[in-house]
Amino acid sequence: MPDMSAIVNPQQRQFNPYAENGGTILAIAGADFTVIAGDTRQSEGYSIQTRYAPKVFRLTDRAVLAVNGFAADGNMFVKKVKQRLEWYRHAHAKDMPLRAIARLIQTMLYAQRFFPYYVYNILGGIEEDGTGAVYSFDPVGSYERETCRAAGAAQSLVQPFLDNQIYFKNQTAAQGSPHPAHLPLPDVLSIVIDSFTSATERHIEVGDGLEMYIVLARGRTLPDAVAGLRPQELPSAGGEKVFVLKRDLKKD
Amino acid sequence: MDHFPTNWGRPKYDNFDTSATYPLHNRGQNQSTTSGATQHTQQPIVTGTSVLAIKFKDGIMIAADTLASYGSLARFKGVQRLHPVGDYTVVGASGDMSDFQYLQHILDGLVISEETTAQDGHTLGPAEIHEYLSQVMYARRSKMNPLWNSLLVGGVKDGQRFLAYVDLLGVTYSASTLATGYGAYIAQPLLRKAVEGRENTLTEPEARAILENALRVLFYRDARSINQYQIATITANGAEISASLKLETSWGFAEGIRGYGAQTQ
Repeated sequence: MPDMSAIVNPQQRQFNPYAENGGTILAIAGADFTVIAGDTRQSEGYSIQTRYAPKVFRLTDRAVLAVNGFAADGNMFVKKVKQRLEWYRHAHAKDMPLRAIARLIQTMLYAQRFFPYYVYNILGGIEEDGTGAVYSFDPVGSYERETCRAAGAAQSLVQPFLDNQIYFKNQTAAQGSPHPAHLPLPDVLSIVIDSFTSATERHIEVGDGLEMYIVLARGRTLPDAVAGLRPQELPSAGGEKVFVLKRDLKKD
Repeated sequence: MDHFPTNWGRPKYDNFDTSATYPLHNRGQNQSTTSGATQHTQQPIVTGTSVLAIKFKDGIMIAADTLASYGSLARFKGVQRLHPVGDYTVVGASGDMSDFQYLQHILDGLVISEETTAQDGHTLGPAEIHEYLSQVMYARRSKMNPLWNSLLVGGVKDGQRFLAYVDLLGVTYSASTLATGYGAYIAQPLLRKAVEGRENTLTEPEARAILENALRVLFYRDARSINQYQIATITANGAEISASLKLETSWGFAEGIRGYGAQTQ
């Protein structure tokens, strides 16, 4: 007798509308700058789909958004945020402030609460008061302002490192000299580059290339140590400045 | 949810408007949305296997065999899986062939409406075709009713080469070598080794040889492939899709494999 159970109860494989496309993103806020970075590998399972798929996008002259998770949702989400920012520009003849973009992203994510964008967002840039800021989101819109945040495949490798190096967790300051409240830009860039080279060593979904966006507050210039790295300056209307620094990561 | 307001506030399964509250023509078309669930594509039926594509000096080359399988049955052996769109683009499809035929219909309609309705002197290039396709694919996956395909879109317009991928989830990416299905595992490493860093020097015959070799390896290892294929070449001079060609294969080595050739012990 053949097994009839397969005919009586046909096995239905449910269509899964999500995929996980790897990669890691990271943002660190300084006193008057913010660095937003992401690797450029896109993968599914053990296959590298491409070695160059950007995950970090400039939104305005002072806001940069990094997206990580399901790539199709990520690209669609960035597209819709950019569209809403363009509408805002047409309505108000100015760019939306960073904290308003953060709240916009929350409402846009929560609007999809019951079919979420499977995406972790990190928004970085300069606030209206000229301070560097990082906002991090979960896929359904919970968000908070922070000094630094890592998300994605290697979050569990990078975040503890940042807790130690940025928040000085488990470090004791030398007698009479407290920890600095904010690190200078060259130190932050070194920490970002080290984070990604280390994540590349230990996580298979991280590698190929690194894109770092630097947003500088109004009236600030790049320190010589950073200018020497020859970052590419993106065109802006004046005021805040946005630079891109690219680095190769290991491709294996 | 029920999108027909005339059905709202009524008891379930009450398909007949006993009190004739609304004239017939005002009622929603789908009166039975609460009683019967709609069936969506849950699996591909007649399928095509890998599509391969590479960049070369003068443009893009896309290759696919001509088999459409019905499960493990080699059902249709002469199906063209490369489809020209406009003057600059070719789309190659793996996955469900009926969904691909639907996409061909949509794309042909798109090109016609761009030519006739718009008449603005602008034409669709590979980048626009790919963006359009990815929006269609993403919209369908978001309705939980996907078009079950992995597609490669390649072309040349205004001196720019373009090559990108899109699949049933709406996932997209671009690279100088692309492969769908089994090809992503078997052909992609061969293509990367042969092409990466040589995109601007590879000649057309060299590119063709690279793809033919990858197709041959796939024919040896992919049980859903066939030794019959087509290659699309898109250059500044336009798109050209070859006739159906036969793969040269040699099976002499098989004699030495125990369990395949004659047994000597």
